[in-house]
Amino acid sequence: MSTSFETGTFSPDPGAGSRGRMLAVHTRTETVLALRHSEQLLLTLVIPLALLVGLTLLQGLVELPEPRVNAALGTVLALAMMSTGFTSQAIALGFDRRYGLMRRLAATAIPRWLVVTGRLGGMAAVVVIQVVVLGGVALALGWRPDAGSLGWALLLVVLGASAFGACGLLLGGSVRADLVLVIANVVWFVLLFVGGIVVPAGQLPGALGDVVVLLPSGALAEGLRAVMLGGTPGLGHVVVLLVWGVVAGLVAGRTLKWD
Amino acid sequence: MSQPAVEVRDLVVRYGATTAVDGLDLDLHRGRVLALLGPNGAGKTTTVEVCEGFRSRTAGAVRVLGEDPAGAPESLRARIGVMPQGGGAYPMVRVREMLDLVAACSAHPLDTGWLIDTLGLESCAKLPYKRLSGGQQQRLSLACAIVGRPELVFLDEPTSSLDPQGRHLVWDLVRALRADGVAVLLTTHFMQEAEALADDVVIVDHGRVVAAGSPDELTTSGAEDTMRFRAPPGMDLTLLEDVLPEGYLSEEGPPGHYTVSGRIDPQMLAAVTAWCARQGVLADDVRVGRRSLEDVFLDLTGRELRS
Repeated sequence: MSTSFETGTFSPDPGAGSRGRMLAVHTRTETVLALRHSEQLLLTLVIPLALLVGLTLLQGLVELPEPRVNAALGTVLALAMMSTGFTSQAIALGFDRRYGLMRRLAATAIPRWLVVTGRLGGMAAVVVIQVVVLGGVALALGWRPDAGSLGWALLLVVLGASAFGACGLLLGGSVRADLVLVIANVVWFVLLFVGGIVVPAGQLPGALGDVVVLLPSGALAEGLRAVMLGGTPGLGHVVVLLVWGVVAGLVAGRTLKWD
Repeated sequence: MSQPAVEVRDLVVRYGATTAVDGLDLDLHRGRVLALLGPNGAGKTTTVEVCEGFRSRTAGAVRVLGEDPAGAPESLRARIGVMPQGGGAYPMVRVREMLDLVAACSAHPLDTGWLIDTLGLESCAKLPYKRLSGGQQQRLSLACAIVGRPELVFLDEPTSSLDPQGRHLVWDLVRALRADGVAVLLTTHFMQEAEALADDVVIVDHGRVVAAGSPDELTTSGAEDTMRFRAPPGMDLTLLEDVLPEGYLSEEGPPGHYTVSGRIDPQMLAAVTAWCARQGVLADDVRVGRRSLEDVFLDLTGRELRS
């Protein structure tokens, strides 16, 4: 049995596709995959949602200023950015590399910067979904936002997602996939409890509270809780997030392995 | 048109103390298929990766479609199709999503639905990549290599995980690519594949070319006066030489593989087969004046296993 092909079926007609289309299809693929992966969804949506409800309704869990739902929303938004930008992104990149994706893409006409942009685009799409879902549930739990705090929160979410995203690319792009899995999960767990996210920096023992505000987790969570309660983020929080984002991004750009 | 699609001169690639490629030459023209053969570790994949631009060379000149491939410039990547060994995709991606993504990188891609159908991937369209069989992954990888209508295709062991049906499908596809003017550089372990597809065969070992030519040239040269056949191992060949005229030599190479050298004529052939008949043995795979590509390969590269 032989398959016959019409003459001219494969006549060469090469050329690079439009960059807009490459970016659109790549971002769409990244988004679909992030939403299809159940462990990632657990990390990015289910746990933050559960924590939002728990922190708001269970008074004794953690000491939070009133209105509790505002502070809780600040906490879980910080967690959500860490889950998506860092843990989920790093693990996905680690395993994509192991399965030869980066080599596959490197062999097409897609520019390398566009591959990174597409990944960040997929991450941004997940962040938008997280913000909408978590914000919606918070509204149902009694959150009443004002325009000022919304603006600040948005800025912090963008800075936080970028800082964590850069760290995620750094980890996922440089280490073996199985190691990425371990490190990304352990760091997530540690930062969640003693990194200033669930337990505010001020309630952590000793000097730990001073240290965690220098981490993206502490800076983002403290900043978000402050703006959710009607305040403004400290300049320090913004600077910490910026520095982590820029430094990790630059290092990731140099260490990202394409195989 | 006279400019080769791939031109490699005196290529050397070293990693630390290891010399993977040691002064290799290649020429591949449009509308032709070149098969790179060699034992494991001979430098085939390294050579292909240098031509694709993914590996840097230590010395030598390489032109691919008139460009230096070093650093895999975008202008070149847009014109070539690559099927890496072991494929490559998101672990959770579906066949069509992956092919659509690769197709989006090209200006005038083939219809992805048609390609999925043609390569028999419709039945596994909903499965994540990591759940596909090796053969299905390999067919997807091939689809990714050709979807952008490239001028030149690199296929690194394109049929190693395929069943015979899949292998014949890939062969038909490679022939169609060739007929449409695409240059194809493939590496393979299957001699039959090289014999079936290649215009030119280059056998490499220890990073060097040990033989090059068309399959015909390679299998006829130096074998004009031999007859080969297979039969049960351990036959007493002195008895055979007794029935042949003076001047014939016979030997058993690998067990069961017999070679008789001397002037080959109808009488001699009849004598050998008659002798086999008297032994009650069916001489199998009888060939005159021609070795198989596998014989050539094993003669040149030896029979020890390579890691």
